[in-house]
Amino acid sequence: MGWAIALHGGAGNIPLSLPPERRLPREACLRHCLQLGVDALKSKKSPLDVVELVVRELENNPHFNAGRGSVLTNDGTVEMEACIMDGNTTKCGAVSGLTTVVNAISLARLVMERTPHIYLGFDGAEAFAREHGVETLDASHFITPENIERLKQAKEANRVQIDYTQPMQKNEKDAATTDGDSQIGTVGCVAVDNDGNLAAATSTGGLVNKMVGRIGDTPIIGAGTYANSLCAVSATGKGEAIIRGTVARDVAAIMEFKGLSLEEAAACVVKERVPKGKVGLVAVSATGEVTMPFNTTGMFRACATEDGYSEIAIWPSTKE
Amino acid sequence: MGGWAIAVHGGAGVDPNLPLHRQEEAKQVLARCLNLGISALRSSLPAVDVVELVVRELESDPVFNSGRGSALTEKGTVEMEASIMDGKGRRCGAVSGVTTVKNPVSLARLVMDKSPHSYLAFSGAEDFARLHGVEVVDNDYFITEDNRGMLKLAKEANTIMFDYRIPTVLLDTCGASVENPLQMNGLPISVYAPETVGCVVVDGQGRCAAATSTGGLMNKMCGRIGDSPLIGAGTYACGLCGVSCTGEGEAIIRGTLARDVAAVMEYKGLGLQAAVDFVVKERLDEGQAGMIAVSQNGEVACGFNTNGMFRGFATEDGFIEVGIW
Repeated sequence: MGWAIALHGGAGNIPLSLPPERRLPREACLRHCLQLGVDALKSKKSPLDVVELVVRELENNPHFNAGRGSVLTNDGTVEMEACIMDGNTTKCGAVSGLTTVVNAISLARLVMERTPHIYLGFDGAEAFAREHGVETLDASHFITPENIERLKQAKEANRVQIDYTQPMQKNEKDAATTDGDSQIGTVGCVAVDNDGNLAAATSTGGLVNKMVGRIGDTPIIGAGTYANSLCAVSATGKGEAIIRGTVARDVAAIMEFKGLSLEEAAACVVKERVPKGKVGLVAVSATGEVTMPFNTTGMFRACATEDGYSEIAIWPSTKE
Repeated sequence: MGGWAIAVHGGAGVDPNLPLHRQEEAKQVLARCLNLGISALRSSLPAVDVVELVVRELESDPVFNSGRGSALTEKGTVEMEASIMDGKGRRCGAVSGVTTVKNPVSLARLVMDKSPHSYLAFSGAEDFARLHGVEVVDNDYFITEDNRGMLKLAKEANTIMFDYRIPTVLLDTCGASVENPLQMNGLPISVYAPETVGCVVVDGQGRCAAATSTGGLMNKMCGRIGDSPLIGAGTYACGLCGVSCTGEGEAIIRGTLARDVAAVMEYKGLGLQAAVDFVVKERLDEGQAGMIAVSQNGEVACGFNTNGMFRGFATEDGFIEVGIW
């Protein structure tokens, strides 16, 4: 037993040739967020509070695809979505289509705690944010030059950047900065305290060049986000595949109905329920275990457990 | 077993005082939709086509809470949502925040078939509809006088609801009986408009499909999304079965009901009805909901812990039934 925390900054075709100037700031952010989360758990904050504060930090960092730094729709706009779930009660909150709310995850929590509903989207969600004095900024705050560039490239290639494994006509060098580096989908965090209370949170800007109004797996309970009394899961990758595979729910369901361990259940889902190259997830169990499997080239991730284990990584670790 | 099977529903949670003529009317609509589905199955239409055409019919009829006849938002407008899933390949499509598209389930199908995504909402969904020349009408088309009246009652109920929590001890000792009002989604059952219509089908080839469509919760906040468009919550289909749920959206989402029926079959090896019973009993806590399901083997099943569920079933071997209680 003991507390545990895991967080991610997106799974995808992250090329091994990722240049240091694109790698180091993200590693630093993962390290910083992990420390924030660990400190919070040590000071006995509830896992629900912990996952929210970690995801807020990831949202604020422009290097990940959530909050500021979100990828752009085909209209050049930002539409953010997020979801949070409390394992004990299975209460949850979700939001989609946000354009000015600084921290989507906190709005999702507000929906969970202050409305009779679970999920608010678009204009209704924005109106709700204003009614509750939630911090909003002009839409331009969220847009970064890197994402303007990603959108431009996606439009030139006339694709929605979801097919990570699609062979590029361009040479390897170009691939590193065009296709590979754009594969940063979603941020998320899962945590458990040493009483076995679990929580999960996920937040994203979605897919580069997505259609306006497109909703991915992140705000769909059981797809991108799930927590119950057994485990907490946050997934990332190709949203459409994660929805079909009901990824987050299945990890818990396999544990419950087939009696597999967290690690086995998560590995089973990632290997068998979703095509290769499409998914990664972080998960913790009520007994303090952690697992971070992915079937993509890489996944920005970090984890720590009370017994002193910690890891920050992007590609498969050498021991695998 | 084997052979085709079809089930339809018009929502879980029924006012026990619903006038008989309204009950008859509802049963007739269910029967008509069921027969449409049966004809389609007899002409070998694939499951995913059958669920779409049956739900279109339910949407077009104002009796149930979907398409025309949808429940109204707090602003008196209609915002519809729907989802469809083809068990073969587990492809899916969903829409939310639809305000002018005549048949949301068909828009969901279009998202599945003609877009790179699974789920489109609000203005993006509406734009997509226009791009594809889908039939659109004014939002007024979906609004019925009945629902205008219900909205008014719902707003009043929200302000007087606390009355139901006044202790009834005194009244008990007086010997007067106080009717304990049934409630769903925080509304008295007389005002609650059962959310959702749905259809699940297994065709002659053993392929399963499911579709669900709704106007959502009476007096809901604008932008509120319920369980109906969420794959795994209100709708699910895979190689084993097809499921459509209805009732309290929050409970259905938290319990990932539709997915759980299939998961319990897949991971615990339960049969269809046993899986439905398990989910209704174990996954709902204080939540109220119901569901219909079919299996690849041609079975139909349903379960609900609500006061009634509008439903109809038919199987290839001639079994046919329409019911409410």
